[in-house]
Amino acid sequence: MTSGFPELWDTRSFGRALDSAFNSVVANWGETLEMVFMPVLRGITGLERGLQFLPWWVVVALFCAATWAAGRKVLPVVLVAALLVLLGLLGVWNEAMATVALMLAATILSVVIGVPLGIVMSRSDRMRGGMLPVLDIMQTMPIFVYLIPFVMLFGPGKIPALLATIVFAIPPVIRLTDLGIRQVDPEIVEASRSFGASPRQQLWTVQVPLAMPTIMAGINQTTMMALSMVVIASMIGAGGLGYQVLQGIQRLEVSRGLIAGLGIVLLAIIFDRIAQSYGRRVQANLHREGN
Amino acid sequence: MRPVKIEVQAVSKVFGRDPKGALAKVRGGMDKQRLKDETEHVLGLHDISLTIREGETFVIMGLSGSGKSTLIRHFNRLIEPTGGRILFDGEDILTFDAARLQAFRRRKVAMVFQRFALLPHKTVVENVAYGLTLDGVPKAEALRRAGEQIALVGLSGFEKSYPAQLSGGMQQRVGLARALATDAEVLLMDEAFSALDPLIRHDMQLQLKDLQARLGKTIVFITHDLDEALLLGDHIAILKDGTLRQVGTGSEILARPADDYVARFVRDVNRARILLCGAFADAGLIVAPDAPVVEAGATLEAAFAAFAGGAQAVAVRNGDGRIKGALTAQRVMEALARE
Repeated sequence: MTSGFPELWDTRSFGRALDSAFNSVVANWGETLEMVFMPVLRGITGLERGLQFLPWWVVVALFCAATWAAGRKVLPVVLVAALLVLLGLLGVWNEAMATVALMLAATILSVVIGVPLGIVMSRSDRMRGGMLPVLDIMQTMPIFVYLIPFVMLFGPGKIPALLATIVFAIPPVIRLTDLGIRQVDPEIVEASRSFGASPRQQLWTVQVPLAMPTIMAGINQTTMMALSMVVIASMIGAGGLGYQVLQGIQRLEVSRGLIAGLGIVLLAIIFDRIAQSYGRRVQANLHREGN
Repeated sequence: MRPVKIEVQAVSKVFGRDPKGALAKVRGGMDKQRLKDETEHVLGLHDISLTIREGETFVIMGLSGSGKSTLIRHFNRLIEPTGGRILFDGEDILTFDAARLQAFRRRKVAMVFQRFALLPHKTVVENVAYGLTLDGVPKAEALRRAGEQIALVGLSGFEKSYPAQLSGGMQQRVGLARALATDAEVLLMDEAFSALDPLIRHDMQLQLKDLQARLGKTIVFITHDLDEALLLGDHIAILKDGTLRQVGTGSEILARPADDYVARFVRDVNRARILLCGAFADAGLIVAPDAPVVEAGATLEAAFAAFAGGAQAVAVRNGDGRIKGALTAQRVMEALARE
């Protein structure tokens, strides 16, 4: 076969070098990394078992409590309860709980890592210049590509699924944290400085609270992306609803794929409602008007 | 004479990539326009020297672009000068390191902003306590002291409201209370009343005068409104294009404008509201015992009503109650007539 573009350098040997370099990383660091992530794995498994072990109505009650805490409104609580019951009626309760566990773990870790990164990025234009292309690459790279190195390091299972999900889902929370902080009214930041706020005090008393609605929008997007990635990650042993979809493909069972797919849609709506009602409440706190 | 509080010595500020180099060119004789055209540097302030004394209200006035907001931000180093020195109680604040500067801003100076700049996510009382909490004052104590300041500016009952629930005038009272709460010696007020509508603005001006009389703070007040400057200022500095045109008391500036710019500036001012009866009273004039009486410290405007009522002359009474002299309508008209 002839290539349309002249071969100016030896891509095959470059590829081989890259592979062997990564292989040696796997050989030398694989076990250590597995040890490091063992507690995370235990956490996810525990969360998953817990959600599956609890009676369904306790889980529904927990979700309702979370929704109430987020928005202090009745309507979203009723909606979330109804959707969860529907999820149970579809017969995919246990699979859904497995997906929720992995998604929650991925979202929490993304927020824990992403918000501080966003804050750092907002404080230095140079940092921002360096981070933006990396985030672009992370978001445009086909997501299957992330699966390869993580599977090589950890073998198929929940940990590579989790890590691939985080890489895919973290950019929005980083971007929007940075954006939110940069959009805070400079006069209010100046006022804070004029009263002798240290940079840290400026950050925590003014910039982060005022950026909160934007940060919440980022967390919401991250949650949605984590949910969609969890499905793909089932190809490498993440289990849950995604695995049902995968089986539907393998066995050519339309019903299995459709029901699991519906379950994912329901989960997406549930988490979106929770995040949005929280976001609205934060927003309302910033712009209260009239009595 | 009162001791000096803030001394500004030859302060200049250039905005651009190489401010020091540009300032050297300005000192070499390049003017503002050429500096901008040839080097893309903006001369914000040029060679400003001022003396602000303890307990006075010092007004810096100028139109937009005159550099007045830039200048006031030098007093707490929100903006760093390119050249010159700023002494506060005799100490050069430009030598302060970050920690010292923070302490200085927390305890010595407080600022009130044109667009209020309140924290929208905090209640009124939390906003007022903000400076104290930054300084590590325990929460209960900070809220108690904040409550006192809220009462002082007449906002009792609104402690738990959020800024967006208040009118502009009320929001600026919160801004004023926030600045007073840290018990700073100097208040920096950057066009603090310019965003308010005229009636509210006048109320706030009178309230500030009243507070000033009670608390004896040193106030640096920025405005573009000459009437406001004359009403509030013990001394007024007029700024144009980043240079100081004249410094003096209101009546000095009205009586002897330093240059054409200042003269044009003060031409339209309502002199009847600035000039005082005492200054024009004729001691040789005897008035009837039943003639109307005005205070020597009142403005000429106060005598108008008496003349409108048909009086030939008005007695002018000193602060100690003795009659200083009298005013006739003709004397008042002479005082009001512009040369």
